[in-house]
Amino acid sequence: MPENDKALTPASRGKVSPYPIEHFVADVEETPVQPVDSSTADGAPRSIWSEAWRSLRKQPLFIISALLLLAVIVVALFPGLFTSQQPNDNCLLANSDGGPIAGHPLGFTQQGCDVLARVVYGTRSSLMVGLLATLGVVVVGGVIGALAGFFGGWVDAILARVSDIFFALPMILGAIVVVQLPFFRENRNVWTIVLILVTFGWPQVARITRGAVLEIRNADFVTAAQSLGVSRISALIKHVVPNAMAPVIVIATISLGTFIVAESTLSFLGIGLPPDVMSWGNDIFSAKPSLRTNPMALFWPALALSLTVLSFIMLGDALRDALDPKSRKR
Amino acid sequence: MAGYVLRRFLQLIPVFLGATLLLYFLVFSLPGDATAAICGEKGCTPAVEASLRAQYNLDQPFWMQYLLYLKGVLTFDLGTNFAGREIATIIAEVFPTTAKLAVMALVFEAVFGIVFGLFAGLRKGKIFDSTVLVVSLVVISVPIFVLGFLMQFVFGVKLAWTNPTVSGDASFTELLLPAIVLGLVSFAYVLRLTRTSVIENANADYVRTATAKGLSRPRVVTVHILRNSMIPVATFLGADLGALMGGAIVTEGIFNVNGVGNTLYRAVLNGEAPVVVSIVTVLILIFCLANLLVDLLYAWLDPRIRYA
Amino acid sequence: MSTHSMDQSQPLNGLPKPLLELRDLAITFKTNNGDVPAVRNAHLTIMPGETVAIVGESGSGKSTTALAAIGLLPANGAVSGGSIIFDGEDITHASEKRIVELRGSSIGMVPQDPMSNLNPVWKIGFQVKETLKANGLPHTAKDIAQVLSEAGLPDAAERANQYPHEFSGGMRQRALIAIGLSCRPRLLIADEPTSALDVTVQRQILDHLDRMTDELGTAVLLITHDLGLAAERAHKVVVMYKGQVVESGPALEILTNPQHPYTRKLVESAPSLASRRIEAAKSLGLEDSDELLAAHPDGVRTENVIEVKHLSKVFKLRGALGKSTDFKAVDDVSFSIPRGTTTAVVGESGSGKSTVARMVLGLEKATEGQILFDGVDITTLDRRKMFNFRRRVQPIFQDPYGSLDPMYNIFRTIEEPLRVHGIGNSKSREKKVRELLDQVSLPASMMRRYPNELSGGQRQRVAIARALALDPEVVICDEAVSALDVLVQAQILNLLADLQSELGLSYLFITHDLAVVRQIADEVCVMQKGRIVETGSTDDVFDNPQQEYTKALLAAIPGAGLVLPPEVA
Repeated sequence: MPENDKALTPASRGKVSPYPIEHFVADVEETPVQPVDSSTADGAPRSIWSEAWRSLRKQPLFIISALLLLAVIVVALFPGLFTSQQPNDNCLLANSDGGPIAGHPLGFTQQGCDVLARVVYGTRSSLMVGLLATLGVVVVGGVIGALAGFFGGWVDAILARVSDIFFALPMILGAIVVVQLPFFRENRNVWTIVLILVTFGWPQVARITRGAVLEIRNADFVTAAQSLGVSRISALIKHVVPNAMAPVIVIATISLGTFIVAESTLSFLGIGLPPDVMSWGNDIFSAKPSLRTNPMALFWPALALSLTVLSFIMLGDALRDALDPKSRKR
Repeated sequence: MAGYVLRRFLQLIPVFLGATLLLYFLVFSLPGDATAAICGEKGCTPAVEASLRAQYNLDQPFWMQYLLYLKGVLTFDLGTNFAGREIATIIAEVFPTTAKLAVMALVFEAVFGIVFGLFAGLRKGKIFDSTVLVVSLVVISVPIFVLGFLMQFVFGVKLAWTNPTVSGDASFTELLLPAIVLGLVSFAYVLRLTRTSVIENANADYVRTATAKGLSRPRVVTVHILRNSMIPVATFLGADLGALMGGAIVTEGIFNVNGVGNTLYRAVLNGEAPVVVSIVTVLILIFCLANLLVDLLYAWLDPRIRYA
Repeated sequence: MSTHSMDQSQPLNGLPKPLLELRDLAITFKTNNGDVPAVRNAHLTIMPGETVAIVGESGSGKSTTALAAIGLLPANGAVSGGSIIFDGEDITHASEKRIVELRGSSIGMVPQDPMSNLNPVWKIGFQVKETLKANGLPHTAKDIAQVLSEAGLPDAAERANQYPHEFSGGMRQRALIAIGLSCRPRLLIADEPTSALDVTVQRQILDHLDRMTDELGTAVLLITHDLGLAAERAHKVVVMYKGQVVESGPALEILTNPQHPYTRKLVESAPSLASRRIEAAKSLGLEDSDELLAAHPDGVRTENVIEVKHLSKVFKLRGALGKSTDFKAVDDVSFSIPRGTTTAVVGESGSGKSTVARMVLGLEKATEGQILFDGVDITTLDRRKMFNFRRRVQPIFQDPYGSLDPMYNIFRTIEEPLRVHGIGNSKSREKKVRELLDQVSLPASMMRRYPNELSGGQRQRVAIARALALDPEVVICDEAVSALDVLVQAQILNLLADLQSELGLSYLFITHDLAVVRQIADEVCVMQKGRIVETGSTDDVFDNPQQEYTKALLAAIPGAGLVLPPEVA
C-alpha cells in the first residue's frame, strides 16, 4: 500500500461541507436509551416446538386437516360406530348396483354390499398400510440418511449411489415388478405390500434426512458439543438428529398420503391387497366394471381416499410452514 | 463443460448397472420359479420345464444369467415372450405411442405449471395464490385413476368432446385427454416448485438491485426472477420424463392406450417375467438418459455448474 | 423537534435547494403480530454533492429509511407518514412509473453484500448493459468496459464476459459500484457497501468510491454501523436508534461533542475510536487509565499455557476427475500464550486463522508441528486423554445464532458440559449453572428459556457461560464478537476482560478486526495466507508495525486517519 499516506491525509479531519449543517439532538425522553440486552422474563418459555404449535394453531389448513384426520382415525378404530351394516355379510345380489335406500344411504356395490359399510370398514387397512409404510421408510431412510450425512466420505458416496439406483426404479414401477413375482403372488397381505412400499420408498426419506443432517452437522453448536468432549455418535444423536427432525416429519406426513395412494393404485390394478381384504383401492377396483351404470360405487371410496390423502398432504404443508427454519429465525 | 458432461455420463453407468442388477435380482432370485407362470396350475413335464429353463438361462448361475441378460440388452436381443414373439419388436411397436403421450404430458405440465406458478408466486398470499395452492393440493391428493375416470366420464362420456378411449393409431386429439390426466399430478408439483422458487428469488438481493438499477417490472420479472427460478423446475421436468413413461401404466389402462404401460400391465398379470424385465430395463435406460439431459440443461441454465 | 423540521424544510437564502429531504418519515411493517412501526419521525437533508451517513445498530431502521427513498421497501412495508422530497419533487406516493424513471438515472444504489447482489446466471457485462439500456444510455461493449474500468476493474473488456462467481468479493463490489454509478445519478445510496469485505479491500473500495463521487459531484447517502467510518467519510452524520433520528450534525462535531446519551454511548464503544483513544491516551501518558480494557495484572508472566510450534495443516482439495491438489491452509505457524493473557491471531478471510483455532481445540488434526498444552503435545493424545484435555480448553464462536442448540433450553445448554464430564449430581449442577449465569450477568430466570427467545448478546453470554462451566484454563474466541452490534460488542469485551482478571483465564482471540484487538489483546500474531507475518506485543505492533501487510491492515481500520482532539481521547 504505497498510497497509504496519501489516502490518509485528506480524510484525517473528516469532510467539511460547504453548506451549514445544524447539530440536531432529539428529545431524550422521546427515545430513552434502553439497557443493552435487557432480559424480558415474562411469559412461559417458548421452545421451537411450542413456537411451531402456536403458529400452527392459527392456520386454517392445519385445523381442517387435523380434524379430518382425527375423524378418519376414529373411523378406522371403531368402524362399528358409523354403520350398522356389515360390509361383507348380507350382500344380496338382488341389490347389485342398487341406489340409496333407507338404511343404505350410499347404495350398493355390484356384489350387492352396502357401500357405506365398505367405505367405513375399508378405512382401517388403507390407513394401516400408510402408517406402517411410513414408519418403515422413516426408520430405514432416516437411519441411512443420517449416517450418510453425518459421516460423509465413502459412507456417503456408497449410500448416495445406492439411493440413485433405487431412484431409477420409481416406487409404483418397482412395486409392480415385485408383486408379480410368484413369492408375492402367493403371500399378498398388508405386510408384504408394506414391505414392497418401504423397499422402494426409503431413498426419498434418506435423501431428505441426509440433506438436513449435512446442514446441521457443521453448525457451531455441534462443534461446541464436540469440544466439550461429546463423542461424534453422541453429538449425532443428541444434537444433530433432533434438529434435523423437522423436514423428516414433513416428508413423513406427506409420504403417508402417497403410500395410501400407492396401495390403492396397486389394488386398483388388481395386484395390491388381496380381494378379501377390505380397502378403498379394492372397492374402486371392483366398482370399475360397472362404472357407467353405477358410478357412485366408485365415487364414495374414491372420495374417502382423496380426502384422507388430502388431509395428510395439507398437514404436511402446514407443518412445513410452521417448522421452516427460515421463518423461524425471524 | 465437456469434463462435467463426461463425469455425469460416467456416473450414470453404475446407476444403470445397479438398477438393472437390482431388477434382475428381484425378479429371478427370489423364492418361486419364473417357469411356474408359463406352466400354470397343471405344471409342466420335467423335460419341458428343463427346456424352458434353458431358454431363459435359468439353468445358469445367477451372475451368468445377469451377464447374459446384459449382453442381450446391449445387442437388442431381448428374447421372446411366452407366445414366442420377439420382445424387442413388441416394445418397438408400442414405444412411440407412450413416448408421444409422455411428451404431450410434459409440455402440458411445463407450460401450465410454470405460468400458474409464476403468477401465484408473484401474488403470494393473495386470493389467486391461495386458490391455486388449494387446487394443486387437491390434484396431488386425488389418485390419478380417480382423476382419470372422472375426466373420462365428464369429457368423454357426458360431454362427448373426445373419445373416451384411444384407438390403435393414437392421434394427437385422442391422446390429449390421457396426456392431461398423466401430467396432472406433475403439473401440480411444477406449479408449486415454480411458486416456491419465484417467491425465493423475488426476495433475493440481486432482484432488489435489478429494481434499483431502474429496470421495468416486466423485465425484472422475466430476466431475473423467472430465469433464475427455472433452474430447479427444469431439473424436475427432466427427471419427470422418465417417471411419466413409467407412470403411464394407470393412464393407459383407463384410456385403453396400446402403449408400454399397457403391455407391461398385461405381462405382469400373465407373470411373463422376461417381458417385465425388458420393459422396465428400457424405462430405466430412459430414466438415465433423461437424467443426463437434466444435467446438460442444468449446466446450460446455471453457469456456476458449467465451470465446476 | 417541530422547530427543527421547519428550519430544514425552508431553503436557506443563497443556498441551492436540498437534493433529498425526508420530513417526519414514518414507515410501518405489517406482520403476523399486527403493524410494527419501523421508522418514526425520521428527517434528514442531503445537499447536492454532500455525503451523509446514517449510523445505527441492526434494527435501528437505517436501511429501511434509505431504501424508502427509492421505493424499495419490502412488500410488507409502507410509508405511513411524512414525505420524501427529491430535488423539489414530492415522491412519497409517486407512481411506479415515476419511481422507475428515477431509479438508476437519478438515484443509484450500491448494496451491502457483493456475493448476493449480482445475478449469478448473467454475465457482468450483461448486468451493466441492461442498466444503461433501461436508462436510455448508449450501451455498446465499449461503454460497458468504460463503466467497469471507471470503478477500478482491470481488464474491463474481458471481465465483462465473465460471470459473478468468477469474481472475488472486492471485484464484485467494484462491479456493483460501476452499476450504481453508471447512469451518473445525482444521489447514490450506499448500504453498508463494504461491511462484507476484508478490511484492506474495504479501504480501497471506499477510497475509490470517494474519488468517483467527488469527481462526478454525486451526493452519497452512506449507511453504516461504524461511527468511525461514518465520521471519516461523511460531511454529516445522522444517528438512528430504535427507528428514530436521535442526533444529526457535522461528522466531526458528532464525534467530538455527542449530545444524546445514545450517541455518547456509541462514541464510547466504537472499537475503531476506542483504539484511537487508547493510542491518544498513551501519547498523553495516561497508560493506566481505566479506559484501557485489557486490564490484566501486569504481574508475573512466567509460563506459557499454550505453545504452538511449527504447526502446519494441508487440505487435499479434490479437483476434477479425482485429481487432488494440496492446499496449505496453515504453514509453519508458531506462537505461545502466556498464562493469564490474551493472544490475538489477526488475519483476513482465508488467512488460516480459524484452522489454527480448530487445531488448538483438537477438532482438526495437525499435518505437522506440535501444540503443547502445559508442556504436553495434544496432537498425540489418545481418546481418554483427549477427553480430559477438552475440559481445559473451550471455544466461543462467532455466530450467536448458530452456537447454541435451538432444541436445548439455557439450563440444558450450560449443564451439558458438566453432565458429559460426570461432574456433580443434578442438584450441584443446577447450583453451578446459576453461578455461571450470574457470572455472565444473566438472571437465573433465563434458565428455562430457549435460544430463539434471546438476543444476540444474550446468546453470546450463554455461550460464554457454557465455555466456563468446566473451569477451563484457555478459552478460544473465534470471532466471538464480530457478529454483534457495537454496544453489545463493547459489553461482551468488558465481560471477557472481567472474567479474565477474576478467573485467570488465557484467551486465544481469533479475529479479523484489528480495532478489537487493540482493546483486548496483549500479544498479536498477524496471519496472511497461512503464515504468521508479524508477531509482537499489541503496543509494538500497533505503534511500530514492521511489515507492509500489517501497516495496510492498521491503515484500514475505519477512522484510523481521524485526528481527534485530545478532549475526546
